Order: sequence, then C-alpha cells, then structure tokens
Amino acid sequence: MEGVVNLQLSSKSVGVFEAFYNSVKPIQLISSNIEVAKAGKIPGGKTEIPFEFPLHTKGNKVLYETYHGVFVNIQYSLRCDMRRSLLAKDLSRNCEFIVHCQPQKAKVAPTPVNFTITPDTLENTRERSLLPKFLIRGHLDATHCVISQPLTGEVVLENSDVPIKSIELQLVRVETCGCAEGYARDATEIQNIQIAEGDVCHGLSIPIYMVFPRLFTCPTLETTNFKVEFEVNVVIVLHDDHLITENFPLKLCRV
Amino acid sequence: MAAVQWRSRGRNYEAELQRCRPEVALVEFGDYHPLKPIMVTDTKTRHGARKGSTSSSSSSSSSVPPDPLSSMLDGTDPLSMFAAASASETPAISRSASAGDLGRKRKEKEEEAVGADFEPWSSKRGEILARFTTTEKLSINLFMGSDRGKAPSPGSSAVSEKVRTRLEELDDLEEGSQRELLNLSQQDYANRIEELNQSLKEAWASDQKVKALKIVIQCSKLLSDTSVIQFYPSKFVLITDILDTFGQLVYDRIWSMCSDPRPLPDSFTVDDVNDTAKETCLNWFFKIASIRELLPRLYVEAAILKCNRFLNKSGIQETLPRLTAMIKGIGDPLVAAYTRAYLCRVGVEVAPHLKDSLNQNFFDLLGTFRQIGGESVRKQLALQRVEAPEYLTLYSPAISWILQCIAYRAPEPLLTEMMERCKKLGNNALLLNSVMRAFRPEFVADRATDFIGMIKDCDEAGFPKHLLFGSLGRSLACADPPESERLTILNEAWKVITKVRSPRDYVNCAEIWVEFTCRHFTKREVNTILADIIKHMTPDRAFEDAYSQLQSVIRKILTYFHDFSVLFSMERFLPFLDMFQKDSVRVEVCRSIMEIFIKHQLDLTRDPVILNAMLHICKTMHDSVNALTLEDERRSLALLIIGFIRMVSFGRDFEQQLSFCVEARATFCNLEPVLVQLIHTVNQLAMETRRVMRGSHSRKTAAFVRACAAYSFITIPSLSSIFSRLSLYLLSGQVALANQCLSQADAFLKAAVSILPEVPRSISVEGKLRSSESFLLDFTNNFLAMLLVVPDHPEHGVLYLVRGLLNMVQDYTWEDNSDAKVRVYVSALPLLAAMGQETYVYSVPKVDSNETLYGGDPKFLSEINKLCETLIGQILDHLKVLGRDEGTRRQGALAFSLFGVLLAHGDLRNNKLSQLAVNLWNLSHKHGHCEPRVSVRTLEFVKHQAQQPDMSHLSDTVQRLTLQSRT
Repeated sequence: MEGVVNLQLSSKSVGVFEAFYNSVKPIQLISSNIEVAKAGKIPGGKTEIPFEFPLHTKGNKVLYETYHGVFVNIQYSLRCDMRRSLLAKDLSRNCEFIVHCQPQKAKVAPTPVNFTITPDTLENTRERSLLPKFLIRGHLDATHCVISQPLTGEVVLENSDVPIKSIELQLVRVETCGCAEGYARDATEIQNIQIAEGDVCHGLSIPIYMVFPRLFTCPTLETTNFKVEFEVNVVIVLHDDHLITENFPLKLCRV
Repeated sequence: MAAVQWRSRGRNYEAELQRCRPEVALVEFGDYHPLKPIMVTDTKTRHGARKGSTSSSSSSSSSVPPDPLSSMLDGTDPLSMFAAASASETPAISRSASAGDLGRKRKEKEEEAVGADFEPWSSKRGEILARFTTTEKLSINLFMGSDRGKAPSPGSSAVSEKVRTRLEELDDLEEGSQRELLNLSQQDYANRIEELNQSLKEAWASDQKVKALKIVIQCSKLLSDTSVIQFYPSKFVLITDILDTFGQLVYDRIWSMCSDPRPLPDSFTVDDVNDTAKETCLNWFFKIASIRELLPRLYVEAAILKCNRFLNKSGIQETLPRLTAMIKGIGDPLVAAYTRAYLCRVGVEVAPHLKDSLNQNFFDLLGTFRQIGGESVRKQLALQRVEAPEYLTLYSPAISWILQCIAYRAPEPLLTEMMERCKKLGNNALLLNSVMRAFRPEFVADRATDFIGMIKDCDEAGFPKHLLFGSLGRSLACADPPESERLTILNEAWKVITKVRSPRDYVNCAEIWVEFTCRHFTKREVNTILADIIKHMTPDRAFEDAYSQLQSVIRKILTYFHDFSVLFSMERFLPFLDMFQKDSVRVEVCRSIMEIFIKHQLDLTRDPVILNAMLHICKTMHDSVNALTLEDERRSLALLIIGFIRMVSFGRDFEQQLSFCVEARATFCNLEPVLVQLIHTVNQLAMETRRVMRGSHSRKTAAFVRACAAYSFITIPSLSSIFSRLSLYLLSGQVALANQCLSQADAFLKAAVSILPEVPRSISVEGKLRSSESFLLDFTNNFLAMLLVVPDHPEHGVLYLVRGLLNMVQDYTWEDNSDAKVRVYVSALPLLAAMGQETYVYSVPKVDSNETLYGGDPKFLSEINKLCETLIGQILDHLKVLGRDEGTRRQGALAFSLFGVLLAHGDLRNNKLSQLAVNLWNLSHKHGHCEPRVSVRTLEFVKHQAQQPDMSHLSDTVQRLTLQSRT
C-alpha cells in the first residue's frame, strides 16, 4: 500500500526545461508491505485471501484526501504482487482506493456573499467606454462550502443593453507548489456549468447551483510544500462575446 | 331381382297422433315447476351516501312463494349484487359525478395516483406530431464523443472559451464522430431520431453506458435549437421519447441491481436499496450534474428523476422545485415552456401528489410571458418568416399540458385563482385558450358567459379568435352551461364564427359548435347552422378539403337526432349531404346514417319524407357498388339496405307496399341479398293479405296475390345463387298455393325442378369450396314434403311433378361414388305412401289436394305402387353394387334406412314386403356396421307396434329379426 503526493511544476511558471528537471520529489504519505499468503501452491479455482492494513502514516505526515489535479495529485493505491517460480512471470495488479477524511466536527454558519456587477465595477478592461450598460445582482449562499453539498445562490439580470448569451459557473482550482526557487501558483478550470442560456428574462432570479465533482475537489488544503485552493467564477457572456467574470474564492470543508 | 310388390300401409293419422300424446297430468298450483317465473327479490343495497346511481331498480314483487333457487342465496341474487356494485362504481369513473360527498372516502387514494380520467401524454403525442409539421429542411447537429463539459478538461483557463471549443471540435472531427446532417425532410428527421433511440438501446445493452449518456445529452441539446420553429413541438415529442427510454433504462438497471435475492416491492423504501445500487445511482446524478450545458442537464436530470427514490425519501420533493427554478435560466421562451411541460410530465408521473411545483411552473411561465413579445423573439420570427399567430399556437401543447396537470382534480378555488391571474395578464388569448382546454368542462361551462366576454376583449392580432371559440365549444360540448344563458352563448359565438373567412378555420370551429347546438336546441337552430355551413363551404368547392369535419358534423347530429322524420324535415340536411361529393366519403356518410336509422328507428314507417330521403341514401350506397367492391363491403351495404326495407310498412295499403317493392327492386338490382329480402317481403305481403281476408280472397285480393306471385316469379331468376333461387321458388310456391294460386304454384315448382340440373357439384360456402350434395338433399326432401299437397295439373299426367323431380334426380350428375341419388329415392317412398292415404296428413285450406281429386281411385293407387316398385328396384340394384365394392358400411346404412321406411310406411302384412324387410335387416347387420343400440331400440319399437291393434302381423316379423352380437 502506498500514498503519494505528486507535485509537478507548470511549464508556464518556470521554463520548460526547469519544469522537466526540477520536478519536485513526490511526498510519500504512507507505505507499508505485508505478505498476505505464504509461499506455496494455490489450488485451482477462485481463491479469496482476506487482508487488512492499518493506516499508519510515515513519520509525522498527515493523510490528505484523495485529490486529482493537474499539478498536485494525491493518490492512494494498493499493489498486489505474486512472485512465481523461475519459469513463470511474476503477476502484479494495481488498484486505487479513495481516502476521505473524518468530517470535522465544527459547524459552518453560512454567510451569504452579495455581489453587484456593473460596467463600473469591472477591473481589467481596456475600453470602458465601449462597454454596454448592464446591471447584474446576485448572491452566493456561502463561500465557506461543505464539499458534499452543492454551491447555491442566485443571479438576477436586472437590465442589460445587450442580450445575454450565457451565464456560467466556472469552478477553478488554484494549486501552489513550493520548490527551490520559491513557489509556483497555477489556476486551472475543473468544470464549467451553464446556468442560463440565451437572453433570459430580466428581473428573474436564476438559481446558482453546482455540485462539487468528486475526485477533482477536496477540502481546501494548506501544507508547507503545497496548497490546493478553489475558486468559483460567475461568467456572463454577452451576445457580442463580451466576457464578464466575477471571482469568489471558496473554502471547502467536510462536515 | 323380381320386382317387389309395393303396398302402402293404411294410416289413421288422427289415431296415431292420439296415441303419441302423453297423458295429460294436471299440475297443482304452487307445485314446483321449472317454467314458473323465477322471482328476483330486489336486494339492491342502497347506500345512503351514494346518490346519483343510474341503475334502474330491478325489482319484481310477486306473491308467488319463494322458489328454491333464490331462497338458497339468502335472498340476494348474484346478478343484482353485481348491479348494485356497479351502480356504486360508476360515479367514481364518471367525471361529472358531484365529487362532494361521493368520493370523500376515496379521495385519499385518488390523490396518490393519477386516475384513468387523466388524459395521458401518449394520447397528446400523436396529435402534436400530426399538427406541427413543416416542409422546411431540418438539420441535426451531433457532436458525438465530444466531452465538452463532461470530463474536466485539463486545459488552462487562460485559453479562451472559443478557442477551446474549436480545438475540441477538431478533435471530434478526427474521431469522425461529429455529424451534421443537413437538408433532412421531416420524415427523415423522425427516422434519424428513431435511429438514435435504437442506438441508445443498443449502446445500453452492450454496456456502453457512457455512449448512451452521450446520445441522450446530444439529443436533448437539439432541443435548444429553434430553427424551423414550426416543427419544434414535434421535435420535442420525438426527443422526449428518447429521454423517456433513457430514464426507464437507468431506473430498471438500478432496480435490477437491488432485486438480487428477490425483486423489490413496488412500494420500496430507501432502506431496501443496497449500497452498490445507491452508489451507482449517485454516480449517475454526479455525472449529470457535471453536464456543461443547461438544457441537457435539465432534461437528463428530469428524465432520471424517478431514480431519486433509490437515494432518499425526499429527493423528488427537493429536486422538482430546484429544476423548476433552474428553468428560469433558459432564455428562449418557447424552449423554456416545453422544458416546463416535460418537467410537469415527469413530475406528474413520478410524484402526482406534488402539486406545488406544477403551480410554480405555471406562475414562472406567466412571469416570463412578456418575453414572447420581446425583441429577440421578434427578430427570430422575422428571420424565419413566421407570423405571430402561428408562433403563439406553438405554445399551446406545452401550456395546455401544464394546465391539464394543474387542473387535474384541482379544487375550485385554485382554478379561479388561475383564471384571475390570466386575467391580470390582459386576457392573453394564448393563455385563455389553454385554460379553456385544460380546465374541467363543467368549470368552463359555468362561466361560459364570462369567457365569451374575455374572448371578446382579447387582442385580435395575437391569437385567432376562432381557435378560442373552438376551445370554448369543446368544453361546452361536454358540460352544460346554465340553461338561461345557452341561447345567448350560441348567438354570441356564432356571430364570431360566421365571420371567419378561411373555410378551413371556419369548418373546424363550426364542427365543434354543432355538438352544443344539437344538445340544447331544436331542429330549427341546427338547420340554421347547417345552412350557414353550406353557405361557407360551397364557394370554390371548399368542402372538398373538409370532408372529415363535415362527416363529424353529420355524426354529431345523428347522435342527438334519432327521430328521422325530424331529421329529414330539416330543409338543409339533404343539401348538406350533397356536399359529400367524393364517392367513398359519401358512402361512408350514408352508411353511418343507415346504421343510426336501423338502431333507433323502432316503428315501421310510411312517412314519405323519410322514405324518399332514405331511398335516396340507400340508392347512393347501392350505386357505389361496382365490380371492384369487396364481398364484405357488399354484404354490409346489403344488410343496411335490408334493414331499411324491413322498416317500411304502408299498413293495410298493400298495393302501395308492393309498388314500393317494385321500385326498390329497380333501385337495388345489384345487391342480391336485397332482392332476396324483397321477395320475402312480397311473400309476406301475400300471406298478410290472406290473413286479412281470413283465407278467402275476393276478386281484388286474388288479383293482388297473383301480382305478388308474379313479382316473385320474375325476380327470382335474376338471382345468381342457385340455392337461394331453389328455396325461394319453393317458398313462393308454398305461398302461392296457400293463396289458392294453383297455376302460379305449379309454375314455381316446375321452375324449381327445371333448374335442378344446373346445381353445381360444389359451391363455395364462406370462401371454402364444399360439396353441394347435402344442400341438394335437404332441398329435395323439403320439396318432396311440399309435393304432397300440390294437386296434379289437369293437363299433365298423374304425379307429374313427382315424376319430373325423380327424373331430374336420375339424370343429375351426382358425385361419383355417392349414395345421394338412392337416398332421394328412399325419401320419396314415404311421400308416395302418404299420397296413397285416404286422408292426407296435412293439406292447404281451400286447396283440393290429390286425395280429393282422385278420391282413392284404384288407378291412381296402382300408379303410386308402380312408382314405388321402380324406386325399390333401383335401390336394391344400388345395394347390390355396393355389396360388390368395398362399400359394405354404406350398404348397411342404406339398407337400414330402407328397412325403416318399409317398417313405417309399407304394409308388412304382404309377405313379400315383410320378407324384404327381414332381408334388409339382415343385410344391414351382415357386416356388423350397425350401431347395436339403434338396432335394439328399433326392435323394441317394432315389438311395441306389434301390440297395437291391427298391427299384430308385426309380431311374426319380429320373430325373424335377430340381433347380432358385436362379434
């Protein structure tokens, strides 16, 4: 049995070659070996051999939840090897298993976050004067989210000069890896969920609803070597392909 | 063989009859007797609360003591028990039952499930497909294998959405899985969708769950495409079929996963579901939750809504409102409306008790109503060149469905509230239309005047008013508005309807209102409406495109007007019929009128109005018959016409009746069964005349019955079926004889004999070729029986007809190897024996048979005996031939029947005859083919006969008849 955190540097934050050479050493969280069956003959037919492992971590490491990301991967696996006599090849089979942390006892009180988007609230625009007028209001029920519960909230398109093409929720992970030259921070998309399509009715509240996908999300992690954080973007695409994005950092936990 | 001398036994028919009569026993009153009326005591349980039971009480009280059958049943007979049960059942089924105190007990049950009175989606389906069609070219755009939005793509967010989509499409192209099918006709499109449905099932069966899901997602994505908008409702129907299939597949799969040891009960709870099944189910929901686009996500989640039952109790309850809210995110109002319709459909199916989300759906729909007139919709319509009224009608299936779900068993206040909300939206015609269609007809009927007011206030531009009146009419056809308002309603409605320009729209609307008119008004109003329809439909032969509606008008009128004198006195009815100018349709209409006529015209009629009209209708039907008409078709037409002819009676005006028959014969000459019926009618007429005259005709009536006979005589030859000709000749001959038309009777019988040789050896009976032998035998026997009373023709020889018949029988080419000829001979013997009697066994009143003509003349008798001897000679010859061949069984049977004849009719005092009888007996027993039981009984009979006075000679014969043991 083995548990590993794989860290990889993005080629964007450091150079291609550095990324290749400087790849960070994997962090082993857990590793143990047991013999499930003594040497001997296994009779023909189906044989089931029971086994169990205690989950003892290596040294003072912590068992993190299973997480599949781009630059950070936390993976647990079981490998079974069967050594055989000289003439036959050894057999081996790998299997991943998933680790969920014990839920934390603490209850999180949801604190709604309101937002309003108008042309004036936007940063990072080149020509503010060319922007059409619009007013979008809304709220997220919480930014401190329980991972097993959906992200909820609502958006209201109060008015807009230009018809809306689509409103989407973009779930983004922010992975930070520490390495010799400091650290690398990368944001990548996990999933994109459309919540409105076409020119929606003005003044109607459109629900925000997103289920956190399994495997690709885990409770927000902060360790000395790496960090896994999540953010959600409310993306509004106008008919003339203007992209309006409102970013909300999230804190995920398991309750 | 020496000729056998025949002597007939003298018979005293009176005495024989007396002997045969059983002794009369008086039955004491009150004794058990099987025919005594069975008394049914009325024990219908009358439950106080069950009012409005429509079963008529079946009580019959009589003072007769209870009979054993009913007393055994504790006084409740099973039939009336059923009646009582069904009487209490009916109100639950009928919608109109006052639900108040009736269904309170059932109410809880009803709320759980959707009852039979809920019009299911499947019935709407076909209607929508037929209604929303297009001739434009369609396209299907499928990105199979594109995982957009499904698997999280590791691409960086920095790459813009657009670029990434492009890249993905490129990938897809490489896989060769992107398909864009252009220029599809509507039928092609439906076929493609069906193909997809099939490939979904295949993929599922071959365990390619991901592929199956992809198909479903791609299909539901098609629903966001509103190009060729006229086709959208049909597209929705086609694609939701796929979704339904998918939902069912997923549900069944999870179901089978947890029914491992034994199948789950229907009412399973979450606890019955095992973890694997739960995990699989959850997995589906996670997968679906990550579908990128809104519309497929909504549709697919709705499709598997039912699977929530596996996960938790309140799943459906929580999901429905969420999905309802999510629909708000759909920008296109038409797409949103149909998504709501689908959600409601699934909701009603899975959780009929959850009404709130239905209502919420409707209110949301009302909330987004302003979008319909919005900028983007208008742009789209302009682009597609679709008119606003046509666009609005596209909504009606969706809205009607949602309203139907809401209105189903909804309390009155809710409906009123809905109506108020609609009013607030400025009497939106589209809504109004759906409200009228979806709400209970009673509800609409009670407020008919209000509705008319609202319809009038509606905006003319949006939604055509005739459709509104059509919907109103449909409700009023099922439920009655208050009596005082009816005329105003009709007037108001018709004022608008008559102004509709397009004949198609007009007739659609008018057809609906005919029902209301027929229900509540008299022929005057209906006539006016018919006149109006004729006026609208005649220009430019508009009726040609509206046959089905016009037919339905006729049908509706016929349902309410069963009195044909009233019906035909409507001036416009026949002109209305003239509008059906296509032959097949016209015949169809005539047929339906005839069917109603036969069903509901109970009294005979001579009303000239009815007769003229019906003759006209029947003639139309008759004239449609041609060489290509199918046999069944002919038969059914003939039956209908016969039904009409039987209803015609001029009472005692026999001559007019006859002239009617003459006319009918000329009119319906192509349908044989009708001719046969006419001959029967005329024969009946002759007998009726005889009855009226008490058997003795005056000069006038004698001439009349001769005319009747003449009618039959010239009609019969035109029939092609030989056996109907034969039997009609015989029958008409009997009638003629009964009416003392001797020469006519003679002519009939002669004609019958003369066509005997024409009888084919085989005839087709119900499509199969069968030998005609048995029919012919039946006929000759019948004929022989008749011949007894026919007096000989003075100009011809003795027994002219009998000889004629026997000659024909002899010359007839019988089937090879058949005894039929000899059997005729055997059965001719009793006739000849009967003819030799002093008094005949039966006679026709006022007709002198041969008994009186010859008065037992010895010449006559010897003539008879000679004939008998020839016959017996022939029979014996035949027996001999049979003995030579392998026909011993037939020989035995024939010999036995001849023995029977001898015994019954021959004078066995004559030694030769008695010897012959004994020989025949022995012959029939020689090969042991005789049924011993029959032999024993025959012997017993002979012994019994021997005890009768002047039959003692038989006892000698009995001595010589020996029974053979089976061996």
